[in-house]
Amino acid sequence: MSLLRAESLTARHGLLPAVREMALEIAEGEIVALVGANGAGKSTLLRTLAGAHPAAGGKIVFDGTDITARPAHQRVALGLALVPEGRRLFPGLTVDENLAVAARRARPGPWKPETVYEAFPALAGLRGQRASGLSGGQQQLTAIARALLTNPRLLLVDEVSLGLSPVAVDGVYESLTGLADRPTLVLVEQDLARALDVADRVICLLEGRVALEAATGSVTREQVTEAYFGLSRRKAA
Amino acid sequence: MSWVNAILQGVFLGGLYALFACGLSLMFGVMRIINLAHGDLAVLGAFLVWWVATQFGVAPVVAAAFALPVMLALGYLLQVTVLTRSLRSGELTPLLTTFGLAIVIQNTLLLVFSPDVRSLGTASPWLTTGSWRITDELTVPYLGLVILLVAVAVLGGLHLVLQHTGFGREMRAAAQDPDTAGLVGVPATAVYARATAIAVGTATIAGTFLALHSTIDPASGPVQLIFAFEAVVIGGLGSLRGTLIGGLVLGVAQTLGAQIDPQYSILAGHLVFLIVLASPQGRLFWRRREAVA
Amino acid sequence: MTYTVTRSDRASRFGSAGLIATAAILTTVPVFFIATVVQQLTSLFVFVILAVMWNALAGYGGMVSVGQQAFIGFGAYGTVFLTNRDIHPYVAVVLAAVASAILAAILAPLVLRLKGGQFAVGTWVIAEALALLIILDHSLGGGTGVSLRGLNVYSPDDRRSYTYWLALAFLVVLLVAVFLLLRGRTGPGLQAIRDDEEAAASLGVRVWPLKAGLYVLAGFGCGAAGALIMANTLFIEPRSIFGVQWTAYMIFMVLVGGIGTFEGPLFGALLFFAVQYWFADYDAWYLIGLGLTAGAFALFLPHGLWSLVQKRSGLRLLPVGYHLQRDGPGD
Repeated sequence: MSLLRAESLTARHGLLPAVREMALEIAEGEIVALVGANGAGKSTLLRTLAGAHPAAGGKIVFDGTDITARPAHQRVALGLALVPEGRRLFPGLTVDENLAVAARRARPGPWKPETVYEAFPALAGLRGQRASGLSGGQQQLTAIARALLTNPRLLLVDEVSLGLSPVAVDGVYESLTGLADRPTLVLVEQDLARALDVADRVICLLEGRVALEAATGSVTREQVTEAYFGLSRRKAA
Repeated sequence: MSWVNAILQGVFLGGLYALFACGLSLMFGVMRIINLAHGDLAVLGAFLVWWVATQFGVAPVVAAAFALPVMLALGYLLQVTVLTRSLRSGELTPLLTTFGLAIVIQNTLLLVFSPDVRSLGTASPWLTTGSWRITDELTVPYLGLVILLVAVAVLGGLHLVLQHTGFGREMRAAAQDPDTAGLVGVPATAVYARATAIAVGTATIAGTFLALHSTIDPASGPVQLIFAFEAVVIGGLGSLRGTLIGGLVLGVAQTLGAQIDPQYSILAGHLVFLIVLASPQGRLFWRRREAVA
Repeated sequence: MTYTVTRSDRASRFGSAGLIATAAILTTVPVFFIATVVQQLTSLFVFVILAVMWNALAGYGGMVSVGQQAFIGFGAYGTVFLTNRDIHPYVAVVLAAVASAILAAILAPLVLRLKGGQFAVGTWVIAEALALLIILDHSLGGGTGVSLRGLNVYSPDDRRSYTYWLALAFLVVLLVAVFLLLRGRTGPGLQAIRDDEEAAASLGVRVWPLKAGLYVLAGFGCGAAGALIMANTLFIEPRSIFGVQWTAYMIFMVLVGGIGTFEGPLFGALLFFAVQYWFADYDAWYLIGLGLTAGAFALFLPHGLWSLVQKRSGLRLLPVGYHLQRDGPGD
């Protein structure tokens, strides 16, 4: 059985549809890379799944429970967490406090502040620092750590590497994929090569719809690029 | 010497204003809304205390102990029924709904309690009339000192709770970014409701002291809202420490004004407020801080 | 598929013509009707002015003022002050309105630093401070109130008619001013500010001059309303002319009618006038009703009753916006 299932999911910004009648399944334990051009609906899709954006139609089922109408904090309690675009740390709180906010209502699970600091040694020295003073990579790590502290079964990460130096990106990916108690992952990644390298499966969005969905082993980079720009459709038309 | 005494009495009066301002400052800090019914909720709480005290013949402290949980619950309910919805419909809506609420509270009190003025002053005369004489012209009223101590305890205690407890951290997190708070499992609506409950609770304490110190009537609320707001602005907005100082400055300004001519008392407070507003950065000497602290 | 942008349609052309005709007909009222009608209509005009002004502030500028009574009181007392200096009362009414606009221009840099709720209470503090200052001045009657002298040279009927025409003139001037603001180059900027002030600023809308302009206009209008109240009732008390109940009335009229629309406040003022006529004797209950109604409208029908009328019929009485019409068949 799939961990998360979306059926004809629709989400809008005002009158503009950003996600159109989308069907989606995520299996327990896999790593899914979500790719697509700017405006393809990746962020809106993740935000809608996490409950930060209202669904205009369709259904989201998480582990057998219909969560379409549930607010974000209840989805977190069920084990669905999002690292939002732009990290969105609480700027006036320290790294420690940012993590503590998430830990206070966390599901029972392996992740505690101590285990997080062990898994992300780079953060250990920053505990007392205000989030607003961190570098981009440090903020991204803190945001991922904060989401992990809720002990998610499914972690959605928006724009893993946006604005980070290549070294920082390596660090973030190492931390994410090498975790001992790794949750199921859905990652938005602009870097196609990295997406195909890390993920088990790739989903490419185009104008709010799924243009391509394939195991990373069975698809070439060119095929994904075609779907990315909608070339195959244009050729057909 | 009488000027020194005026300043001293102003500090005590300022304690009362700081108590009124506490809840206003908290709600503004956490939700960025000004509750226009704040003064009327304080007067409502004071009327409840007065009613319990006279109905059952108990001391004001006992009556307040009964009224406080009721008012806390009322604040919580107010948030989940009216204010949550108001917040969702835009920046201006909370102003309109709380203004409507203010009118409803004032006129309901008028229907239930008549326009007569009431006071708790006679209920515990030793507290309300007693004082220490330091010198011929310098006195420390018991009640003034109690109000000041309670104000420092309430504002200081709340400050510590916000800074150092999980409860406070959640409130600061929800204040800075309610959407993201939801994404890490914090129900912003419930956190906001707690903030409003605390605000209405502290307003009730302030209203009770007002009824002990002087009198209340159904129309007393708006003036207290204005004083509370002046204290918050003089104190630099959004910080409880600033609010305490703002209250004291306002109290001293009023008693110094009254020292010149009793008619100038309230006007002097308005003047200080307007000076702060007109000052280059809209503050007296404190830094504006965006976060709740 | 093609579209046409239109500014007016048949209904709004009829509406504009209708309003002009209404104004023309209203001009003749004092000739045909008894004194009470004339006096009642004068106070209706005052309420319409207040509603239109508050809507200009909150509905277009995003400024919820709880302190417009500052200008109402200033206009009323200004009229007395000038009349005491041997200026003809009706000239004094006009000058007092101008003085209120000047006061607003002086206050604008101060209050416009405040946003949202701070603006609301800040304007209220200014109204309170002004009331206290007036009470201190014994030549203006102190706390007990003051009468307007100098109008007793006219017979009561004449006086009522003149005051009526003056109120109507102010109303027409203010409506035209708001209409031109919305229709002219400032219109899109104002609507952008109403929707999102920060976004408007980032698009290059000059927010400050527009908001200050609205604030001064509202100062003028509310000052005129206060001066007209003085001329209509001939006696005022500082506590009531500077009372916050004016704000309650304005909020009620604008919210029930339809905030941010041109027609809504007119409609709301008419409705409020009727409500006041029938229920004002119930006093506390009446005010509780007003508060509840305003709150309910803010929450559940934020664009007021006029929005219902508009949605049902697409009716617009005045062509203030731009409207898209699809010409060809759809795809």
